[in-house]
Amino acid sequence: MSRSQLRRGSSPPPGAGDDTGCTVLHVDMDAFFASVELRSRPQLRGQPVIVGASGGRGVVLSATYEARRLGVHSAMPMSRARRLAPQAVIIPPSHRRYAEVSEGVMEIFRSITPLVEPLSLDEAFLDVSGALRRLGTPAQIGAMIRDRVVDEQGITCSVGVATTKFVAKLATTQAKPDGLLVVPANAVIEFLHPLPVGALWGVGERTEQVLTRLGLRTVGDLADTPLSTLQRALGPAVGAQLHALAWGRDDRRVVVEEPDRSVGAEHTFDRDVDDPLVVRRELLRLAERVGERMRRAGLQGRTVSIKVRFADFTTITRARTLPGHTDVGNEIYAAARALYDALGLDRARLRLVGVRVEQLVPVGSAPRQLALGERERGWREAERAADRAAARFGSGVVRPASLVPDPDAARADGARVDAARAGGARAGGVRADGVRASGRGEPSAPTRRG
Amino acid sequence: MKFSVDRDVLAEAVAWAARTLPQRPPVPVLAGLLVAATPEGLQLSAFDYEVSARIEVAAEVAEPGSALVSGRLLAEICRALPARPVEMSSSDAKVLLSCGSTRFTLLTLPIEEYPALPDMPAVAGTVPGDLFAHAVGQVSVAAGRDDTLPVLTGIRVEIDGERVVLAATDRYRLAVREIDWVPERGGISTVALVPARSLADTARSLSTAATVSVSLAGQSSGDGLVGFEGNGRRTTQRLLDGEFPKFRSLLPSESSSVAVVETSAFVEAVKRVALVAERNTPVRLSFTDGMLTLEAGSGEEAQASEALEAVLTGDEITIAFNPAYLLDGLAALDGSHTRIAFTAASKPAVLSGTSGPDAPVDDSYRYLLMPVRVAG
Repeated sequence: MSRSQLRRGSSPPPGAGDDTGCTVLHVDMDAFFASVELRSRPQLRGQPVIVGASGGRGVVLSATYEARRLGVHSAMPMSRARRLAPQAVIIPPSHRRYAEVSEGVMEIFRSITPLVEPLSLDEAFLDVSGALRRLGTPAQIGAMIRDRVVDEQGITCSVGVATTKFVAKLATTQAKPDGLLVVPANAVIEFLHPLPVGALWGVGERTEQVLTRLGLRTVGDLADTPLSTLQRALGPAVGAQLHALAWGRDDRRVVVEEPDRSVGAEHTFDRDVDDPLVVRRELLRLAERVGERMRRAGLQGRTVSIKVRFADFTTITRARTLPGHTDVGNEIYAAARALYDALGLDRARLRLVGVRVEQLVPVGSAPRQLALGERERGWREAERAADRAAARFGSGVVRPASLVPDPDAARADGARVDAARAGGARAGGVRADGVRASGRGEPSAPTRRG
Repeated sequence: MKFSVDRDVLAEAVAWAARTLPQRPPVPVLAGLLVAATPEGLQLSAFDYEVSARIEVAAEVAEPGSALVSGRLLAEICRALPARPVEMSSSDAKVLLSCGSTRFTLLTLPIEEYPALPDMPAVAGTVPGDLFAHAVGQVSVAAGRDDTLPVLTGIRVEIDGERVVLAATDRYRLAVREIDWVPERGGISTVALVPARSLADTARSLSTAATVSVSLAGQSSGDGLVGFEGNGRRTTQRLLDGEFPKFRSLLPSESSSVAVVETSAFVEAVKRVALVAERNTPVRLSFTDGMLTLEAGSGEEAQASEALEAVLTGDEITIAFNPAYLLDGLAALDGSHTRIAFTAASKPAVLSGTSGPDAPVDDSYRYLLMPVRVAG
């Protein structure tokens, strides 16, 4: 794919505006998931494209600017997006690919400065103050990042350049799509004050309502309001914080990835589920995923919690602390399952379940109470072997038998009715002798390790 | 029903029976304590479907009969009564209790709904009450408390002729105690898995009995029952199902070094040094010739160390333990000295009691403790 195929918006030439002291860069991929999908589907360029699960009740994960013009935006229910943009092409997400592209993009960032603070897969703050001598002015560095992302990853991004994190992020918003904006140090107030209050970091729906009631619509209105008035309306901390932001003051620094405090995964069912077997299987899948992520990150945790959201959106969480630290999916599952079973739900209808591990420490730093008769190599080693197989042959090549997809359902892709019928009739048999990975049928906790 | 009874006798009996009352009764009548007056005396019973308790005490019965009253309330009343003879009588749906000038009127629960207590199974043998209580206490410390692994919350009882072996493990330690008893008939050989918590309670409450008779029934069929009787007190409890780990294979057959340490000094030192051990971090023990050094804490936190006299035979070793587990074991040992046998820093250590470095080892009780692998 050549660069000319990618639409390049008009970005201000590097160096436009005085970028002295603007060492904070905010870089955000444009319509990230959709852009990644378009790399392999160039025929869809210029059309509304939505990335999201097509069935059930998924939400829009990403949409091209053509789709956004029709009113589609991220996190919108798919059903609504389809009504707004019936002609849009819907592509199911392929998270693995997004993660790969994200890794590549972050690698570009880290080649510029070690001070990279990723905000999500497709967004990061960079502090380039140490790279100026080597690579040029902040605006030149921003332009270089944009070129390299297009060249190396085939997607476009936008860059905001400013003296502080939150102004840089706002600049990116203004630069989008496919642009770069420098907010010079002496133009911050000028840049900020016309913006609506909702643009400020920390102003959500509630705060915005309060501010609107006070007649404060723009950041400028906010800036001109006495601090004490704001603090009375919003509380001392929030009031002071918004006042500082309105004057362009933000002393948060770019911090290199704070250590994770917890690792979790959750799943919203396509339809509410009341079958404990289905819930347990989902807990197993989530526990395996959490374990895999912890092992990849080199972390172990002690507290396992589950989250259960009922059909009426009531949500509860339950936690239990293990005797020792673990990164073993099977042990996380055993705890999660015990927590779920202890709820005694009696076929209550569930919308979502989640599994989370907290109290994380780097692997090997926690003393481990050994168990009697424990094998030298147990579940942990089995799961590490599965990790290696996944690294080589793709994720999910080795997994608990109860998570192996029903082969009938997989083959009957497109013939949904047949698949459902075949799956329903065969599910028990297939899973009962599904010994591909661990030889265990129903998800069940081992009573003893080794 | 009408009887009079000594205040202390009643209070003790009610307190003992009331221990079995369920915390949250599955059916309301199980919150009741069954009070029955017979020509032989007074009988109090409680039952929670798992455990039953019945106690008989002397009373002057004027009129036999029975009534079911709230057990918790009766226990509280009896604890608070003045030291005067107590008189109880029933009339209609009420029970009247008088003691000195104090009067209580208690409502009764429907006695016809109260389930029959399980029959006492056939007696298998007898054991002195104090020995039984001591042995059960030594083993129950190692039992698991995690209800997700029910098998490990039990004490395995193996009866083979005149020997009884008690064992419990929570995967991290294993306690094994062997005692002699008097079997009811020769050649008896059987096993049972008894819930550890209630067995420890029962054994403690029968410790003053000269002999405790042990009854067993149906331990293979899934609805097994074990009964204990002594001092006019009898309890039954349901056995646990499931396969207890094959604990004998866990006991090391040999050791590379053996240390003997004076137990009370050892306990004090572990307690002191463990003060700086954060939750889940171990106490490190280094055995060298003539000396045991205990350490806890790490470079980034508070640290402590202490040295003790120890007699070491064999290789020097450094090994780390969870201090709570170590103290549990040390507290359960008999004799003035502790003997610890090691094979390696990642292999279980065996604690047993002895009366000195050169004294013979008392192998009737062994506490097997799995070490903690230190970080790094």
